[in-house]
Amino acid sequence: MKQTLTKKMWRETGSAYLFLSPALFVLLLFIIGPIVFAVFLAFHKVQLLGTTSFEFVGLDNFARIADDTRAKIALWNTLKYVAIVVPCQTILALVLAATLNAGLKGEKFFRIVYFLPTLTSSAVLTLIFMWMYNQNGLINHVLEAVGLPTYNWLGDPDVALNAIMIMNIWSTAPYFMVIYLAALQDIPDSLYEAAELDGANAWQKFWHVTVPYLRPVTSFVVVMGLIGTFQLFDQSYIFSAGSGGPNNSTLTVVLLIYQYAFKTLGTMGYAAALAFALAIMILIATLLQRKLSKEESLY
Amino acid sequence: MKRKIGIGKALLYVVLVVYAIITLIPFLWALSSSFKTLEEIVSGTMSFIPKQFTFDNYKQIFVEQELFPRWLLNSVIIAAAVTVLNLLFNSMAGYALARLQFPGRKPLFLIILAVLMIPAQVTMIPNYLILKQLGWLNSYQGMIVPTMINATFIFMMRQFFINFPRELEEAAELDGLGRLGIFFRIVLPLARPALAAQAIFVFMGSWNDFMRPLIILSDPQLFTLPLGLNSFKGQYISYWNYIMAASMVFTLPVLVIYTFFNRYFIKGISFTGGK
Repeated sequence: MKQTLTKKMWRETGSAYLFLSPALFVLLLFIIGPIVFAVFLAFHKVQLLGTTSFEFVGLDNFARIADDTRAKIALWNTLKYVAIVVPCQTILALVLAATLNAGLKGEKFFRIVYFLPTLTSSAVLTLIFMWMYNQNGLINHVLEAVGLPTYNWLGDPDVALNAIMIMNIWSTAPYFMVIYLAALQDIPDSLYEAAELDGANAWQKFWHVTVPYLRPVTSFVVVMGLIGTFQLFDQSYIFSAGSGGPNNSTLTVVLLIYQYAFKTLGTMGYAAALAFALAIMILIATLLQRKLSKEESLY
Repeated sequence: MKRKIGIGKALLYVVLVVYAIITLIPFLWALSSSFKTLEEIVSGTMSFIPKQFTFDNYKQIFVEQELFPRWLLNSVIIAAAVTVLNLLFNSMAGYALARLQFPGRKPLFLIILAVLMIPAQVTMIPNYLILKQLGWLNSYQGMIVPTMINATFIFMMRQFFINFPRELEEAAELDGLGRLGIFFRIVLPLARPALAAQAIFVFMGSWNDFMRPLIILSDPQLFTLPLGLNSFKGQYISYWNYIMAASMVFTLPVLVIYTFFNRYFIKGISFTGGK
């Protein structure tokens, strides 16, 4: 009896690792191995010419971040971008979801339409918006038609990052809208009925029933938003043809990491150190958000 | 009272329609520009209907720009391979973690959860060096192998298989099927909804990915569409008619897939997100 049991156990272990082998292979070679390798790189100067060579430099790469003006600019741009885009896209997503959930006709149609930007690749969206942001382009024409000032969206350092912000709020909000929509279906009708008995109007119901009920989902949406916005790259890269211009106004942390790793020689180790700094920033922002939203829910 | 509700509803409709217009305009503008002549593009007229409707832009990108069809093919090959491998390997891993008892099961699961939280930028540079060492830069396998599993979907498949009725497997076992047989002939076919959601996300992720090909591929012959499109922009910097036509070709396959699998999409998002 005991023998068959162990035999069965062995067989089960064998098939488990057989099933897991492709995942383990990729995990070790392309995820966990690289994480360890990244720690190593962050403490070394890497030379890629000919055979790759590594020179131990201790904490130099990290110390260098403090002296790097472009790193400061990239960090400032990224923080500004996160601070504006995350709240805007979250609120827009919530409002769209609530409107779509109001029981109107044609909801399905609107939902499909709204979701289009989320499906489309960042490369295509960025090109379409660059075309519209053209100095003589659609957006300036519309602004002019309604009497608003026009901008040199692509070339003016004061507005280039805003141009990317607008585009990304527009393209990411629908994704979070769908998450909100799923959560809205779960709110029990009885809550609204009770609020109605208390004489609440539509706005009060939204503010006092819907919003508090969705708090855990909002927390999730904000965390995902933080992670996504901190990693802004494609749009800045395509927008500025890889430079982060005009005048470093669209330079983000990830774009800077890319430049140091693959465009300038001898700075790959420094880029790895920057990547760690970014990962830690994302972690702190996420934890901070968690903490804040927990305190909120005490009320 | 009744009139008040009417106004409220009307207001909601206005919001919905206005936002639908805001969403659609960039696409319609790009579509219309892709059928315009360069002359009209340069003249800066703001009409959504091309004055002189032309297919030349599409002809140009497919005939004159020999590399464009190649980029399309590269994208299809890579996205298709990544999708098939992900479906298979993520499900196998998820199944093992959900159903099989073996030493190392718990730590492995925790590792997969931890991996979910590491931003891609940390592994990007070492990944490049590893691929360089393997001689896999500028190759299909360099694009496919590192992305042929995905921790998010291993996790999702595990959740799916945990709730999967055990009786079916037990019946199959009595009929003499082994683990592999049970998995491929009973479990996998019944996991179709979860697989469909996963397929769409993995395909789109690969199809739209910009950063990975940018780092791994430097030979224009091997470019995927996002990368090709970007180099295209550099080459035809003021030919927005060509650029828009190329963008439309790029977007079409995703739209087709979305129309067919729309309901799995929504399900997939609430699967990976929501709760």
